[in-house]
Amino acid sequence: MDWGLLPVLAVMLPVLAMVLALPLGARGAERMTLAVLPIGLALAVGIAVVVQRTGAPIWHQLGHWAPPLGIAFRADGLSAAMLVTTAMVVAATAIFARAEFGTPPGAAERRQAFAFWPLLLAIWAGINLLLVANDLFTLYVGLELLTFAAMPLVCLDGSRATLEAALRYLMFALLGSVLYLLGVALIYGATGTLDIVLLSQRVTGQPAVVLAIAVMTAGLLAKTALLPLHLWLPPAHAGAPAAGSAILSALVIKGSFILVLRLWFGVMAGQPMPGAAQILAGLGAAAILLGSVAALGQARLKLLVAYSTVAQIGYLFLMFPLLAAVPEASEVAARAWTGGVVQAVSHAFAKAAMFLAAGIMAARFGHDRIADIGGAGRAMPVTLLTFGLAGLSLMGVPPSGGFAAKWLLLSAAIGAGQWWWALVILGGGLLTGGYVYRVLAAGLRAGEKSTMAPAPLAWSRDGVALGLALISVVLGFLPLAAFGLLQVGRLDLAP
Amino acid sequence: MIADLLLAAAILAVAVASILARRTFTAVALFIAYGLLLSLAWVRLSAIDVALTEAAIGAGLSGVLLLGAVRRLASRAEAPANPPPGAAMTVLIGIACACVAAALGAVILLLPEPAPSLAPQVAANLPTTGLGNPVTGVLMSFRALDTLLESAVVLLAVICVWSLTPDGGWGGAPGAAQPILGDGPLLLLARILPPLGIVVAVHILWVGKDAPGGKFQAAAILAAMWLLPWMAGLVAPPRIAARWLRLTVAVGPVVFIAIGLAGAVTEGAFLAYPPGWAMPLILVIEIVLTASIAVALALLVIGPPVPEP
Amino acid sequence: MSATLFGLMGAALVGIGLFGMLVRTQVLLRILSFNLLGGGIFIVFGAVARRGAGAGFGGDPVPQAIILTGIVVAFAATTLAVALVLRLAANQDRS
Repeated sequence: MDWGLLPVLAVMLPVLAMVLALPLGARGAERMTLAVLPIGLALAVGIAVVVQRTGAPIWHQLGHWAPPLGIAFRADGLSAAMLVTTAMVVAATAIFARAEFGTPPGAAERRQAFAFWPLLLAIWAGINLLLVANDLFTLYVGLELLTFAAMPLVCLDGSRATLEAALRYLMFALLGSVLYLLGVALIYGATGTLDIVLLSQRVTGQPAVVLAIAVMTAGLLAKTALLPLHLWLPPAHAGAPAAGSAILSALVIKGSFILVLRLWFGVMAGQPMPGAAQILAGLGAAAILLGSVAALGQARLKLLVAYSTVAQIGYLFLMFPLLAAVPEASEVAARAWTGGVVQAVSHAFAKAAMFLAAGIMAARFGHDRIADIGGAGRAMPVTLLTFGLAGLSLMGVPPSGGFAAKWLLLSAAIGAGQWWWALVILGGGLLTGGYVYRVLAAGLRAGEKSTMAPAPLAWSRDGVALGLALISVVLGFLPLAAFGLLQVGRLDLAP
Repeated sequence: MIADLLLAAAILAVAVASILARRTFTAVALFIAYGLLLSLAWVRLSAIDVALTEAAIGAGLSGVLLLGAVRRLASRAEAPANPPPGAAMTVLIGIACACVAAALGAVILLLPEPAPSLAPQVAANLPTTGLGNPVTGVLMSFRALDTLLESAVVLLAVICVWSLTPDGGWGGAPGAAQPILGDGPLLLLARILPPLGIVVAVHILWVGKDAPGGKFQAAAILAAMWLLPWMAGLVAPPRIAARWLRLTVAVGPVVFIAIGLAGAVTEGAFLAYPPGWAMPLILVIEIVLTASIAVALALLVIGPPVPEP
Repeated sequence: MSATLFGLMGAALVGIGLFGMLVRTQVLLRILSFNLLGGGIFIVFGAVARRGAGAGFGGDPVPQAIILTGIVVAFAATTLAVALVLRLAANQDRS
């Protein structure tokens, strides 16, 4: 049985839905989105099952043209895990967003409702494309899908502050895109192919390729918002509507991160760069510490959660020097890789839950000043519980998914003889505990009920957010064997 | 060689002048010149398809877009931007950018000889597509996925631009009101050029299968033939709520995806064309895609609806 | 020969565009610089294509096709940025 069409469908389903959303209009787009969500989720789970069962990546050559002339899709364990994560987070946010961006039958089309659904579908399509495409230019188109869709999501409410945040984001993102494109040109000039697997065989440290990887990494870090290129993120993620913030923080920044992984451990598979990897992880460590400290000092809840994203992005980059320091096939390398990917997955669930919970609180209070959310514990215990559970995973408290990730990274750091990263992980966990506690303590204080809106927008919103938080916690209960999926295709780049 | 040297020097001079210009209008005018000179450079690089696209989109449509923006921003006080970097910082940034350019120049000189190329593979496989223009072959067959996704990106851009509609403008006609012109050269051009331009566009689309040209170039010319009478105040764009308008933008990507899926069913690979059917299917896709992209490009230049104050 | 010349010109344009994006404060000029930068990158890619001339073609058609796609995507990005700038200006007018 040829499963090659599964990744193709996983990409084309949201692309087609996005295209159809335009003529269908707001209400039609909303209904269609809800209809394709289960199909997309089933496709993602199907890919994961096939990859797990066969223990090999799924391949597809588009139009039967083999690379380097044609384009190939390749879904490995990393793709499969992130495809499932993406489908679940997109589905949860879509259900959450209905209360805000739904169009009742017979109602006139509203601007926000018209835009939201195709933007959500475009982000889904862009991330899926970034996960399965094996061609550097096709990946560029995926990056642009993400950038274009994320920008209007930031300023959907149309206020001056969010428009400015969107413009700043767009400038960073466009600069990142063109730097990536420059790298594509250089790599093609030096090797005559853009296929990652062929490149892993043809790259021998040509100067053009090394410069290309440098500028591409710089561009992608701007899109991932790794410190010191994070300045655009807090206003952008905090200003978006809750559903938008959840998608931006949980998924969009991961798209460009995965691409960095593909460059460093795909294209440059035979050329470890330990010195540069130390710098990357150094930036990550700085992001963890400074981002967490900044989160501690925020007065507004959504900004606190956004700074928490700045910090959590840092963890993703700790795997680079560990992987560069030990043999590819070693146990330590496997742990570092799994730890990094589980961090990406568990952060996606936890951060989406946290932003949705923050959004519910902000809607109920009419503001998101942390000092004035007293009474939240009594009036909306489920929401505060959601925030707390997601916080556990971000801190890395057992048995959460965040714990599994951080423990794997920590033990890999010690195994690779780079104990200093272990200290960063522990310190970051304590700081995270600090800012999560700050919110919980404020919420559990008694407050005046009169300042609150009488009823929540919809109960389903609390359920969805709690579900995401529970998943981020339950991930830690998965037996380590389940994480074996993430190793599929890491070493054997050849088809 | 001397001609190339002069051309390169002129392009660099125009580029520098453009970023140093004091007035935005001057900068944009220089930028349009930059686009036109660049298309000459593309001719010298034996990339006629790119030269046509650069002239039509890089200089033409971008120029219209930016000039329109300058006009609309001129009546306003410039937004309080961040303070410009100080002199020392500017020098530092200048040195850093020069280093980037120098490193880039160095690796270009170090590129391998003979250059790796897919030209032989394209030549060997082009006959199966029935096309004569290798660039069209790459766009419509070997790397058809990129073209398909790019048409989806253009459609997404239309949605994004419309999503910036100010309050009270949703559903209305897009774009700012154009200044009423007396009997000027633009009005004359706007009356005479469109029929001519449409003929040229159809020709470029048709020859694109064998000679330089194709849907992007044709679509850009068609878009310009819509924009010209719009700028002259002769035609008003349809409301963005119009179903037919939205359908026109969507039909190209939908047909492309449908043919791609048909290939997956009959041939076992997405975007595979059945033997002997490549050429007619590619023609169908090119024609509908030209219509969709032309309308989308024009809508992108026109912008979101602007409600009357 | 002309491939190398234009390749070096592209490298210089990248530097110029980058400089403009970083030092100009007016957003419209930054967008313009982004386009200069993009033009330089496409020219570098075009020089790569020209170097790959062969099999009866004046340049490698694969990068040429990629450049075509890239120009259209870059144009779409420019329209987005311009629409955002105009919207921001209109917003400031009203407030």
